[in-house]
Amino acid sequence: MTNQEANEIILNIRNLKVRYETQDGVVKAVNGVDLTLRKKRTLGLVGETGAGKTTTALAIMRLVPNPPGVVECDKLEIGGQDILSLPEHKLEHVRGNDVSMIFQDPMTALNPVFTVGDQIAESLEIHEHLSVKDAKERAGDMLELVGIPRERANEYPHQFSGGMKQRVVIAIALACNPQLLLADEPTTALDVTIQAQVLELMNELKEKYDTSMIMITHDLGCVAEVCDEVAVMYAGRIVEEGTLEDVFNRTMHPYTEGLFNSLPNIKDRKAKLKPIKGLMPDPTNLPVGCSFAPRCNYATDACLIAQPQLRSISQTHRIACTAYDNPEFHIERRIL
Amino acid sequence: MSETLLDVRNLKKYFKTSRGLLHAVDDISFSLDRNKTLGLVGESGCGKTTTGRAVLRLIEPTSGEILFEGKDICKLSANEMRKQRKDMQIIFQDPFSSLDPKKTINQIISEPISENKIIRDKRKREDRVLELMETVGLAERLINTYPHELDGGRRQRIGIARALAMEPKLIVCDEPVSALDVSIQAQILNLLKELQEKMGLTYIFITHDLSVVNHFSDEIMIMYLGQIVEKAPTEELFTNPIHPYTKALLSAIPIPSLSEKRQRISLKGEITSPINLPDECRFAPRCYECVDHCRSGIPPLVEVNPGHFVACFEHV
Repeated sequence: MTNQEANEIILNIRNLKVRYETQDGVVKAVNGVDLTLRKKRTLGLVGETGAGKTTTALAIMRLVPNPPGVVECDKLEIGGQDILSLPEHKLEHVRGNDVSMIFQDPMTALNPVFTVGDQIAESLEIHEHLSVKDAKERAGDMLELVGIPRERANEYPHQFSGGMKQRVVIAIALACNPQLLLADEPTTALDVTIQAQVLELMNELKEKYDTSMIMITHDLGCVAEVCDEVAVMYAGRIVEEGTLEDVFNRTMHPYTEGLFNSLPNIKDRKAKLKPIKGLMPDPTNLPVGCSFAPRCNYATDACLIAQPQLRSISQTHRIACTAYDNPEFHIERRIL
Repeated sequence: MSETLLDVRNLKKYFKTSRGLLHAVDDISFSLDRNKTLGLVGESGCGKTTTGRAVLRLIEPTSGEILFEGKDICKLSANEMRKQRKDMQIIFQDPFSSLDPKKTINQIISEPISENKIIRDKRKREDRVLELMETVGLAERLINTYPHELDGGRRQRIGIARALAMEPKLIVCDEPVSALDVSIQAQILNLLKELQEKMGLTYIFITHDLSVVNHFSDEIMIMYLGQIVEKAPTEELFTNPIHPYTKALLSAIPIPSLSEKRQRISLKGEITSPINLPDECRFAPRCYECVDHCRSGIPPLVEVNPGHFVACFEHV
């Protein structure tokens, strides 16, 4: 980082906790997450189903349904503005304007009874106070920006294919030029060639608009394509975070290693997959010690006693793993 | 016993729609040897699932021959087909909707065994169910649980156990791991591989995930709009792809490594409608190497290297 602008902090979260109080018990979805995101940076939030990725994003938008969701947090700031204390009517200014979200499933994220042009124009009318005519005009521009001819503004979502719908969703999210974009598995529902198109488009637009982005995904391949920084989540906690190079080339946490080992290696097709044994712990009944310990090949007794705290390895790289108390400890993963 | 287990010739499946004839599978031929895995790859709507089901006659092919151990199963009566299906099973994509929610694991896995009157004694049947559960790595205590009590990975194991119950020779695996998390995905892939070695199974492995198919298959067949565009042994396909569509697909795989920076071939547009197709190369509208004569007809599948088939006017 050389210029000062790039050092500007867009998102600052301290000790975010979210639980869902259900009849079957309290589901601890997010358990003390800290995140900092600077301007123009893209953070990949990686983890498996139930790791708390989507809940974290919803909490940033203050969209966790209550009840059953209860959010506790020491600090939640977007662009220096405290989001936690904002009343509901002020939140509407933030959502869609300062932060917007791209949802996983483009098939259900759009309203089937409005034309796509109207849906893009809606947020422009609300946030930028444009007239209907001007908003329509801008909606057409946005469509062209995401590679859809503006003549199609008067068509309905069902007239578009999956990849095209996701482009429309991206156009809506970017219409008001937000500082922060939350993309929740934006390409998971798409075919590979279409996924490549959409990722390319997102990279382009990010550059153009200086938007910061959190990309939620379980696909480490997509992370490598798009992100600058990575945070790996497990059972509601961040277990490893750092720059792309830190996490991919200097992997330290056993869970991150497990994720990489589970993926087929495209260069060595004979290599046997090494899956992580067992299953994710029940979020209503998390283990006392490290949540990953029951599945971890390196776990010792110490791991079962206390929850490991994030520790800094370098200026950018942090991990939460008790095993590193032993200075000799290292994982097996070697980068080819 | 011959090496070839399955020989499909000129298989076609058309669906009548209000807008015209939908060419889901359009004249494909391939054969598959015993104890091998054929990966069937393509994007949504390319006809891979229809092919998988037509091969088992779960949907009736419009025309063509399906020779299973030399016998054309398309000519079998409903009753004969029923017996034949013991040898040919399927594992479905979605472990949530492919299991009857009102049945216990025991009932789900024992259903094919009792239906086909293989084991009539209830006790012995339960022993067989337990044996199958052990084979696929399900704990004995789960025998009386219902699918909704289990996670996706375990449910997929039930689907596999149910397919294995008939001791089949051929299993069509229709995207068996795409609904699962990576760590669970690896568990299931390893299981399928072990079972293949142990039981001499033959797989048709349908997927859109090229890195999975690269790991799993002996041979790969790439489909586009109901036709085979390229078919080759896995290594050959990945090191020497010839068809422009295959090249684009391979270049689009996101690789979880920073050392690999590739030149991406970006395809324009999307798969076109499979209804009332013109008489030209199906890929021509999106092809970045398309020339005039690509529009002159449908390119035939030609063998360019031993075992390596390509359907492209430009490259053959």
